[in-house]
Amino acid sequence: MNWLIGSHALAAADWLSLFMHFMMLSLLAVGGAITTVPDMQRFVVREQGWLSDGEFTACIALAQSAPGPNVLFVAVIGFNVGGLAGVLATLAGTLLPSTTLALSVTRWGDKNRESRGLRAFTTGMAPLTIGLLLSTGWVLLEPTRAHWANAAVLVALTLVLMLRTRLSALWPVSAGALAGVMGWV
Amino acid sequence: MSSNAQAPRTPQSPGELFRVFNRLALQGFGGVMPVAQRALVDQERWLDREQFLELLSISQILPGPNIVNMALILGDRHFGWRGAFAAMSGVLLAPLVLVLALAVLAQQLRDQPVVNDALRGMGVAAAGLVLSTAVRLAGGLQKNALGLAACTAFVALTAVLVGLLRWPLVGVILGLGSTAIVAAWWRLKP
Repeated sequence: MNWLIGSHALAAADWLSLFMHFMMLSLLAVGGAITTVPDMQRFVVREQGWLSDGEFTACIALAQSAPGPNVLFVAVIGFNVGGLAGVLATLAGTLLPSTTLALSVTRWGDKNRESRGLRAFTTGMAPLTIGLLLSTGWVLLEPTRAHWANAAVLVALTLVLMLRTRLSALWPVSAGALAGVMGWV
Repeated sequence: MSSNAQAPRTPQSPGELFRVFNRLALQGFGGVMPVAQRALVDQERWLDREQFLELLSISQILPGPNIVNMALILGDRHFGWRGAFAAMSGVLLAPLVLVLALAVLAQQLRDQPVVNDALRGMGVAAAGLVLSTAVRLAGGLQKNALGLAACTAFVALTAVLVGLLRWPLVGVILGLGSTAIVAAWWRLKP
């Protein structure tokens, strides 16, 4: 494993398409970076074949077991695709467009928060965000389809813990690790 | 309540922005926003509850991670681009180093079946965490101006097109998203 550029020997065009794809997704990430996971998986796993289903889901699982903003899962994907250069491509791609936009339109947005246009935007995008989160959950379960019944139980347990208790996300993640080691999922 | 009634303070330097955002980011597992509210409103008193919610809603409208947008806007407000950069680095830097250290460790141990098994199980929990966010947000649809039936249709269509049929996201957002926004615009007619 080469830590600097990974082990996939990406060509210049590959680096550029990795960076550009994450840049485009940055602008589509209205409901947060996690809503673009299905498209990241489509690109990284299905189109380019840089990671397997299992490796892709593991990136997000790993990021969720560490503290900090959820968006850092894109850095783990970048690292597994192309080492530290991959981190630069995915993280800069994800942050540059949204950062630029945040700094340039904030004041305009602050003043027009109650305008009909912005309210129509948030109202219209709300159901899409939920549809995308459902898709993300579905895509992340791809590596464990063979054990779908046990996986469903673990998902249900996670839902109960997160919605009915105030326990930290570390608990369901640890339960998942245990279930994996025991061979249940 | 008492903490919100006290006089607001302001960050004294970009360095202070970095430190506060760094500390709150390292405390957040599975989402930093609840920690951010406690740190910025109750502890530092840089914002009152009202201001925090305003900042949150504008961060949510913008694309990109909400907590990063919030750091950028707050930093920019006090120290221009230097403040924005300091606050954003505070949120991202230390957690990035930590998560990359984990990624390196996982790479080193990838031949150990037990590591792969654990990660596979953690992936199921990760899916559950994302789905729990979906369930939590779905409650808000009852007040959505599109109406519950239209919202349900948009949720289902998005899930089928992106999750099952794996259509490219850009087409779905441009097509379905703009339809939903136009419908909302029409429903919100003054």
